Amino acid sequence: MKIEVNYQTCESNGLCVGAAPEVFDLDDDDNLHLLLDTMTPDIADDVREAARQCPRNAITFGG
Amino acid sequence: MAMSTAIVIVGAGLGGARLVADLRSGGYDGELVLIGKESHIPYDRPPLSKSVLTGEAVKADLHPESFYIDNKVDLRIGTKATAIDPVARTVTVESHDGVVEKLYFGTLVLATGLEARSLPIADGKDGVTTLRTFDDAVALRAEIDGARTAVVVGAGFIGCEVAASLEARGLDVTVVEPNRAPLALALGEQVGAMVGRILVARGVELRTGVGVAGITGDSRATGVTLTDGTELPADIVVLGIGSVPVVDYLEGSGIALADRGNGGGIACDQVGRTSVPDVYALGDVANWRDSMGTPSRVEHWNSVVEQSSKVARAILDIDEPAARPAVPYFWSDQFDVKIQALGHPSPDDEVHVVSDDGTKFVVYYSRDGVLTAVVGAGKAGAVMKLRGKLQEPTPVSDLLD
Repeated sequence: MKIEVNYQTCESNGLCVGAAPEVFDLDDDDNLHLLLDTMTPDIADDVREAARQCPRNAITFGG
Repeated sequence: MAMSTAIVIVGAGLGGARLVADLRSGGYDGELVLIGKESHIPYDRPPLSKSVLTGEAVKADLHPESFYIDNKVDLRIGTKATAIDPVARTVTVESHDGVVEKLYFGTLVLATGLEARSLPIADGKDGVTTLRTFDDAVALRAEIDGARTAVVVGAGFIGCEVAASLEARGLDVTVVEPNRAPLALALGEQVGAMVGRILVARGVELRTGVGVAGITGDSRATGVTLTDGTELPADIVVLGIGSVPVVDYLEGSGIALADRGNGGGIACDQVGRTSVPDVYALGDVANWRDSMGTPSRVEHWNSVVEQSSKVARAILDIDEPAARPAVPYFWSDQFDVKIQALGHPSPDDEVHVVSDDGTKFVVYYSRDGVLTAVVGAGKAGAVMKLRGKLQEPTPVSDLLD
């Protein structure tokens, strides 16, 4: 499953970085970067939590 | 007659909408009723003072209507709860066209949120408004075109965001705040003043240390008189002076409320259970206990998300996963600057300015040498990277050069 971010909706709150730092990163200009883009069992819980916490519902996985 | 097993949620805001999702994804297949006073499907409030007010967004719905159909939710909007009878296990509701009904519940969840405070001097005057609901935002947006001047009363989060949005739409905006700095209660004066710079740099006039004595104009507001005698012209007056939990419908129900001194609202335990079995509360209206048993009522977006997850698990009797300590978070967007707070900033804490370029900044808060919070403006990466340091006591000296 692919992890996807809607960069139009993303506002760089960065809760995803807190929930899944192995997957999401904010650079010095507060732009979000995906470090990993495929769901694997070891990161699945963290990515689900990141998606739940995102105030903009900008993270999805599937397809 | 068989007892109802329906889960009835009173309140169709973020809490109600999230709980629907958490219950269904938790495996609940039974009857689910979601009742909302407003005549809108559940929507998100943060955009109301920003993109909805400026006109960039026409709506802020949390989910499309199909979500409620797909999840088999009996969604009743424009319907207000007027009474709860925990013995008969009923919620009395009244629809906007006056139809009264008693709904039976197996489990009841209260998520009725807050009502914005107004001022007696404002009563009945056109052009004076609070901003809590989508309808408030749309009405205020409609006033902007014919207006030149605006006075915002209160420099809390709502006041500051509304001021920024109205200024961005070309109005001359003055914010009036009795404390010595904006956000003084949330962030303390020093950091509050740093946030104030963002508003002032973009043209907002900030009048601190002064209050509102009156609103001039007969049927329509024409200005605001301050306690120091100054008269400010105002085509629009917005009150951002706080809000109170919506609990009027609980009178006579036996559902206990928390002391005002602890934040008020509906008294709950660590997972949202109220004083009455099978009745829960979450969100802005609910006063929860933390792991130490300390009661507090929090009005932050992320706290609702955490609570919804806990309530769903409690209702469905699913074990809590090994908890990663949740670090409280809130944010505010003023113009294009995102102010963020992680942890528990207190106005009495010691403040350490780590970086500051005159607009963007990062500040650590500490108490007795231990880091209590990180607050930043326009520095999301720097703020979020410290989340781990707030999950357990960290000496602030470890983090300072």
